[in-house]
Amino acid sequence: MLFEVVRDILPVVLVVTFFQLAILRQPFPNLSGVLGGMVLVVIGLFLFTQGLRLGLFPLGEAMAFQFARRGNVWWLLVFAFTIGYATTVAEPSLLAVANRAAQISGGRLTQFAVRSVVAFGVGVAITLGVMRIILGHPIQYYIIGGYLLIVVVTHFAPQEIIGLAYDSGGVTTSTVTVPLIAALGVGLASSIKGRSPLIDGFGLIAFASLVPILTVMLYGIWVY
Amino acid sequence: MLAQVVTGLINTTMDVVPVVLVIGLFQLAYFRRGIEAPERVFPGLMFVVIGLYMFVEGLSIGLFPMGETLAAQFSSPEHIHWVYAFAFLLGYATTMAEPALIAVAMKAEEITSGGIRQRPLRAAVALGVAIGLAVGVFRIVRGDPLQWYIIAGYVAVMIQTRYAPREIIALAYDSGGVTTGTITVPLVAALGIGLATNIPGRNPIIDGFGLIAFASLFPMITVMGYATLARYWARRGTRPAGPQT
Repeated sequence: MLFEVVRDILPVVLVVTFFQLAILRQPFPNLSGVLGGMVLVVIGLFLFTQGLRLGLFPLGEAMAFQFARRGNVWWLLVFAFTIGYATTVAEPSLLAVANRAAQISGGRLTQFAVRSVVAFGVGVAITLGVMRIILGHPIQYYIIGGYLLIVVVTHFAPQEIIGLAYDSGGVTTSTVTVPLIAALGVGLASSIKGRSPLIDGFGLIAFASLVPILTVMLYGIWVY
Repeated sequence: MLAQVVTGLINTTMDVVPVVLVIGLFQLAYFRRGIEAPERVFPGLMFVVIGLYMFVEGLSIGLFPMGETLAAQFSSPEHIHWVYAFAFLLGYATTMAEPALIAVAMKAEEITSGGIRQRPLRAAVALGVAIGLAVGVFRIVRGDPLQWYIIAGYVAVMIQTRYAPREIIALAYDSGGVTTGTITVPLVAALGIGLATNIPGRNPIIDGFGLIAFASLFPMITVMGYATLARYWARRGTRPAGPQT
């Protein structure tokens, strides 16, 4: 298992070493730091993958199975929205983006508003994505439709907000959220009759990186 | 030192707290029962927090500063002919180590009982990031408008969606979202900013962002492409089946 993790890290180490020693012909600036850091990275990634198996995956699956057994779609959708909103609003990398947005807009956008709008977008995204799993619709209609909508809205959005909006799509799905919602989607699709975990279960992450772009641009149009 | 470790751990814990609160609330108030197998789940969550913290710390001690210096050096005029190889290999290597991608690939392998194996899937995503970054660097060097490349990419995704095996589509779309993660983004941003600073007339904010957009677009293309090829090989019977079920 630890060997697997070493294999995952090896390419980065090789690439950096190759360019540093062979192309630039420079020694390592901080060899002990690099080596010590690599040990931390390997142990960290190993713990993370073990933690996924023990904690995050079972947690997402257990929620999916319990909701499927209850059969109450409305509460499932409430849960989907809440988990999307709550995991995003406190996300540290979103905080950084929101602070920058507050700065460059000269106070027209507040840090709190940006965070709420992005988190609301992720909430809507997970809700929509869960609805798609229940209905069994092909994902491409939603995602391609969503991108077309983004193209249209970009046209009307204020220039200052576009970069921020696109950035927010990338920061929403943290490394902790991804495994949880993947397990939730796959768990739902495997416990609903007629759904395939592979065809219907995946896709929540794609939704979560798309919808916030839209909500942020719409917010920008409204503010400016 | 100790204070730093504590703040770092608190920041990572903040990622897990909302998950625990929301799930705990629904368990107790709606399902009216505790979390299943808490003796496994809670240590598991702790492993995730501590593991991610060590991963990020480890990277920022040695690899990030060096990667950023390299990115700056390869975007300078003196070494610019190496920048494509550097962007390509860096994209591939960092994506193979991306924790969120490992999680999604583990899940895919688990539910297909090994029909989709996680390493080839991740390699397909990593190849996409590699190509995406090389093309993205090419665009910055040439100074072409970002939107034409992105629109062309999405047209390719639409056409591929039409012909790719149905089973792979959702997974391919998801793989676009997980590439912009803990390890890839800081290094890619450094490369984009380095290029934009060294080439006159480029905007660090637009061009740095542009690279990340490429990194999340191309994996969709390579994952669907790989699945289509694997199906073709399987039908011809010349190679073992890839991500088919």
